[in-house]
Amino acid sequence: MSDLANLSITDAASGLRAGEFTSVDLLDAVTERAAVTEAHLHAYLTLDKDGARLAAEEADASLARGVDLGPLHGIPIALKDNMCTLGLETTAGSQILTGWKPPYDGTAVARLRSSGAVITGKTNLDEFAMGSSTENSAYGESRNPWDTDRVPGGSSGGSAVTTAVGSSFGSFGSDTGGSIRQPAALCGIVGMKPTYGIVSRYGLIAFASSLDQIGPFARSVADSATLLGAIAGWDRFDATSINAPVPNFAGSLDAGVVGLKIGIVTELIGEGIDPQIIAATRATADKLADAGAEIIEVSMPSTEYALSAYYLIAPAECSANLARFDGVRYGHRSSVEGTTEDMMAHSRAEGFGPEVIRRILLGTYALSAGYYDAFYGQAQKVRTLVRRDFASAYETLDVLISPTTPTTAFPIGDKTADPIAMYYSDVCTIPSNLAGDPAISVPVGLDEGGLPIGFQIMAPSLGEEVMYRVAAEVERLVDFTARPALATSEVTAP
Amino acid sequence: MTDWEAVIGIETHVELSTNSKMFCSCPTEFGDEPNTAVCPVCLALPGALPVPNEKAIEGIVKIGLALDCEINERSLFYRKNYFYPDLPKNYQISQYTYPVCEHGSLDVDVDGEPTVVGITRVHMEEDTGKSSHIGDGGGRIQDADHTLLDFNRAGVPLVEIVTEPDITSPEQARAYAAELQRIVLALGVSDARLEAGSMRFDANISVRPVGTTELGTRTETKNVNSLRSLQRALAFEIDRQIRVLEEGGRIVQETRHWNEDTGVTTSMRTKEESEDYRYFQDPDLLPLEVTKEWQDEIRATIPELPAKRRRGFLDAGVDVETAGVLADDDDLSRLFRDAVAGGATGRTVGIWLTGEVIAYLRRQEITIADTSLTSGHLVELGSMVDGGDLSSSAAKEVLLAVLEGEGTPGEIADARDLLQVSDTGAIEEAVDAVLAANADAVDKIKSGDMKPFGFLVGQVMRHMGGKADPKVVRSVLEQRTGS
Repeated sequence: MSDLANLSITDAASGLRAGEFTSVDLLDAVTERAAVTEAHLHAYLTLDKDGARLAAEEADASLARGVDLGPLHGIPIALKDNMCTLGLETTAGSQILTGWKPPYDGTAVARLRSSGAVITGKTNLDEFAMGSSTENSAYGESRNPWDTDRVPGGSSGGSAVTTAVGSSFGSFGSDTGGSIRQPAALCGIVGMKPTYGIVSRYGLIAFASSLDQIGPFARSVADSATLLGAIAGWDRFDATSINAPVPNFAGSLDAGVVGLKIGIVTELIGEGIDPQIIAATRATADKLADAGAEIIEVSMPSTEYALSAYYLIAPAECSANLARFDGVRYGHRSSVEGTTEDMMAHSRAEGFGPEVIRRILLGTYALSAGYYDAFYGQAQKVRTLVRRDFASAYETLDVLISPTTPTTAFPIGDKTADPIAMYYSDVCTIPSNLAGDPAISVPVGLDEGGLPIGFQIMAPSLGEEVMYRVAAEVERLVDFTARPALATSEVTAP
Repeated sequence: MTDWEAVIGIETHVELSTNSKMFCSCPTEFGDEPNTAVCPVCLALPGALPVPNEKAIEGIVKIGLALDCEINERSLFYRKNYFYPDLPKNYQISQYTYPVCEHGSLDVDVDGEPTVVGITRVHMEEDTGKSSHIGDGGGRIQDADHTLLDFNRAGVPLVEIVTEPDITSPEQARAYAAELQRIVLALGVSDARLEAGSMRFDANISVRPVGTTELGTRTETKNVNSLRSLQRALAFEIDRQIRVLEEGGRIVQETRHWNEDTGVTTSMRTKEESEDYRYFQDPDLLPLEVTKEWQDEIRATIPELPAKRRRGFLDAGVDVETAGVLADDDDLSRLFRDAVAGGATGRTVGIWLTGEVIAYLRRQEITIADTSLTSGHLVELGSMVDGGDLSSSAAKEVLLAVLEGEGTPGEIADARDLLQVSDTGAIEEAVDAVLAANADAVDKIKSGDMKPFGFLVGQVMRHMGGKADPKVVRSVLEQRTGS
């Protein structure tokens, strides 16, 4: 039965309808897989065994009645623990929300439920999605299934791990500066960040509102398109959601790349990037050229400043977004005696971890009178330049390509003492967030240490269809079939 | 001794009476039960997002247009950051650069002295919850034993109207506030109840020697809950500042609290302790578009404003005070207009409506709609008086009877036998009789002594049982005595 846990969503969906197995069987498969892998990897913060079983039974029953809710009907899916789930503890990886059970489902969650998905549980993350390794979780780090001494990436590390090892068929994370694509790259799976505004942020615990997007982790490009399709579309509860028809994500998966103009970003394939990753990126570009695409090297000068701009804009927004965690209405309340003001200050000091506090302070400073223009104001100008660079590139190019990350998975503890080194993990992914454009990471090989390498495809706003088209071709050309050792039923709990 | 002048600017907060809150669908009307009109958005639960209320935008645009503002086609929402337990997000969604409305003005009149008060801006924001500080601190959070919070009000749409420092006296300030309240009420966008806090005034006050142009250090006075207390608080604060300066002291820039009972302002907090609000554009909200087309649609829904209405009444012949009273009351305004349009004399109708009618309504604690008075009655009554059929005192009696529902003015005057005689024949007979009985008075008049004339008028009136038109009596008497 446990081989079921490695099926693609496409195959699981057709097997369900062919009566080869049930949704409960699929759930049992991922649950059994989790029972083994969790002790090694700590990907889940909450496994909702009872809720998932009820949902799976309901999925089976409705399918038996002839009610077919679509490709996710009966499929076990994991959610990052910053997505609000009705009645199911949602912590954002923070002590300040320990025990908090949302009284509502976020829009993406509600759409998943109504598309018949079975929600297995909530996955680990860097506290409030701030980090690139999942080491900033208040509940302990997750580990990389390819090498448990290494990080899975972050902030959506837990979700990436579940999909990589088969303790979910697919999962969702949030990507503010690379928090889906970077862990997908480090865990050898497909991770994508949609166009800003395509997926409602309602019910996503905000980190940086102008950058946050929910997106899927999948083991195949087709699965990724399916997962995104279930949650995308205008939502009246999110004023920044785009009121326009949703692109046909899976519409051109088999179209190939003949005639496409693909730009490879000079600034992202040079200094600071692991040579093995550069080599893998170039090799993949060559395969795309052989498949009929035109590869053009393109300079995007503003990307060099994108990282600095991001680390002013994101903290500035988070300094206000996280102000609501004050111990007054919900969450941790300090027992220190004193005034209301003391209570609020102590609750925050006790409830937030060091990286969150660092970013709140950074952002507060960047917005302060006398510093606003030099920091936040300047960062916004850089953001405008990044947008312009992308827009002008897309005047002649269909997509852009680059590595997803500067390195493969790094050892746990390697960068925790050096925030700047950790921030650099997102150097290739941040520009798309600043531009608000879609981007995807597809695994294209393993380095000498046997660690996965991610390849990034970036597309213009609402250009998901061409992005998926190129990603599907890369998937075919590279034929990356390696799976981590933990993704089998042979391994037992330690 | 230096002569001082005051420089005053007023910030007004108006809660809009929309059905739902500014950024969520919770109701804005709520009973006494705390924390019942709340949802994830207005409680600032993790993950919740604001979506602007279109009706509130219409409301603020109406206010802006009524104050002759320019409406920005594209305006921006900002976050104003400060920590306070009744501010759920610990930032308030407000506006900073590009508010919805800018550069307006309002004309106010104090004792016939017109002043133009510049309107700097009118911007959209959301209200906070309510704190009740329990304990020995006199309601201050610093000394409270504990604090109770009610978030029903959190997120109610709030419009802030900021003036230029154009106001120079407490009387002007009051006149401005009163006119603004009238406008808001006329627009129907708020119940504008000062005592209930749905309209609140904060006044920035400084003083300077007359003839100087440099602004003095200002204080901000809060907690004025009526027009009268606005005037009193300003008068107190101006005197206080002058006293401090004349004694060689210096004004501290601070927020001061008006105490209605003691009639003084006291320091709440100095600006040195005040926060840096770290305004930045709210990334959860797109720029607000108010297109010219939408502005035109909204403009078309704006009713006649009080100033224009008052001008119309003045043109119809009433005095300033009567025009003001009429304009403040939609029912009376309508009756007045319809009656004048029907041919009644404006001055007379104005006096009846603001005199007998208002007094009657107040006495009975009812509205016009509860009576059977129509503009047609007023027209009829007016023509009876103008035609000499009814004395003005009898007209008032008839009016009261109409209000009581006894019938039309004609029916009532008839039934009560109040009609005057203006039939010259009957009056001539009475005059002749009176003259015959008072030959000495006639002689005096003929010799140029007019003193007995009034006596003769009285005699004729008595002879006619009081129902003669005195004008006709006079004219017949004049004719007969050759005076």
